[in-house]
Amino acid sequence: MSDSNINPPLILAGNSYHSRLLVGTGKYKDNEETRLALEASGAEIITIAIRRTNIGQNPDEPNLLDILPLEKYTLLPNTAGCYTVDDAVRTCRLARELLAGHKLVKLEVLGDEKTLFPDTIQTLKAAQILVDDGFDVMVYTNDDPLIAKELEKIGCVAVMPLAAPIGSGLGIRNPYNILTIIENANVPILVDAGVGTASDAAIAMELGCDGILMNTAIAAAKNPVLMASAMKKAVEAGREAFLAGRMPKKRFASASSPIEGTFF
Amino acid sequence: MMTIVLNGEKQQVTANTSISQLLKNLNLENKRLAVEINQQIIPRSEFDQHILNEMDKVEIVQAIGGGSNP
Repeated sequence: MSDSNINPPLILAGNSYHSRLLVGTGKYKDNEETRLALEASGAEIITIAIRRTNIGQNPDEPNLLDILPLEKYTLLPNTAGCYTVDDAVRTCRLARELLAGHKLVKLEVLGDEKTLFPDTIQTLKAAQILVDDGFDVMVYTNDDPLIAKELEKIGCVAVMPLAAPIGSGLGIRNPYNILTIIENANVPILVDAGVGTASDAAIAMELGCDGILMNTAIAAAKNPVLMASAMKKAVEAGREAFLAGRMPKKRFASASSPIEGTFF
Repeated sequence: MMTIVLNGEKQQVTANTSISQLLKNLNLENKRLAVEINQQIIPRSEFDQHILNEMDKVEIVQAIGGGSNP
């Protein structure tokens, strides 16, 4: 749907994006598969991780950022794997240095290795520090409406509740909480993590989410490039269905052809 | 010679080595990376002047593929 009056673009930190699907760049077979999947997804925002450079081992090994057409993407450095406020803040500051002053970051502070659930107490602290330091923070959190609102009040540019645990592919486990978060929000709400297949993405968008961030659902599919294409369509379809407004559910049938004029 | 801790591993470097010199020795010059020394980010513009000290903790990082997981 190209009519921007009916289907306006996603606005994040003052920039507008036509794609509401944000994708991670981890877990792919190789850089080429990553490049093709990103292209098929239509994503304009892609997450990256900040890690130690391998010292002395293949310094000329091609880096993901060397093979991607970077002019097509907004990079979203993320604090994946951080379990403390300090590590998350350090990661964002290094990313800003690495990317020449880039301000948009995805904050996640994890609390537990088994569930990878966010540590919301540390997340709130880190979000405050990063917002005060001038970052545009998109923040990963659980599906708790109260915490989501707090993160918005701190000044995060987007709040990103999980659908289900990271990498679980379980789909939206608590649609009513996601709905409450959306209804309460004055910033974009994006579902981050837990989507397994295209219908999960469509359901999230039909609830009224502003976008979805996913990685494993695409990268761990048997055919990641095809799944990326499916996700693109599911996000678009779910968005349009949300905007269109679904028919009310009824218990019994309701004929769709007129009764009047029947000759039998 | 002196010892620094480079990305978590002890390494010998000559005294008065600058960050630029260190990156050159590691074949990492002109790579897209960021450098932190003792948890302080050193801007690229200071790589030439900044001289390493004994037991400095040096982190050299880059961007890699990554999503919502460690």
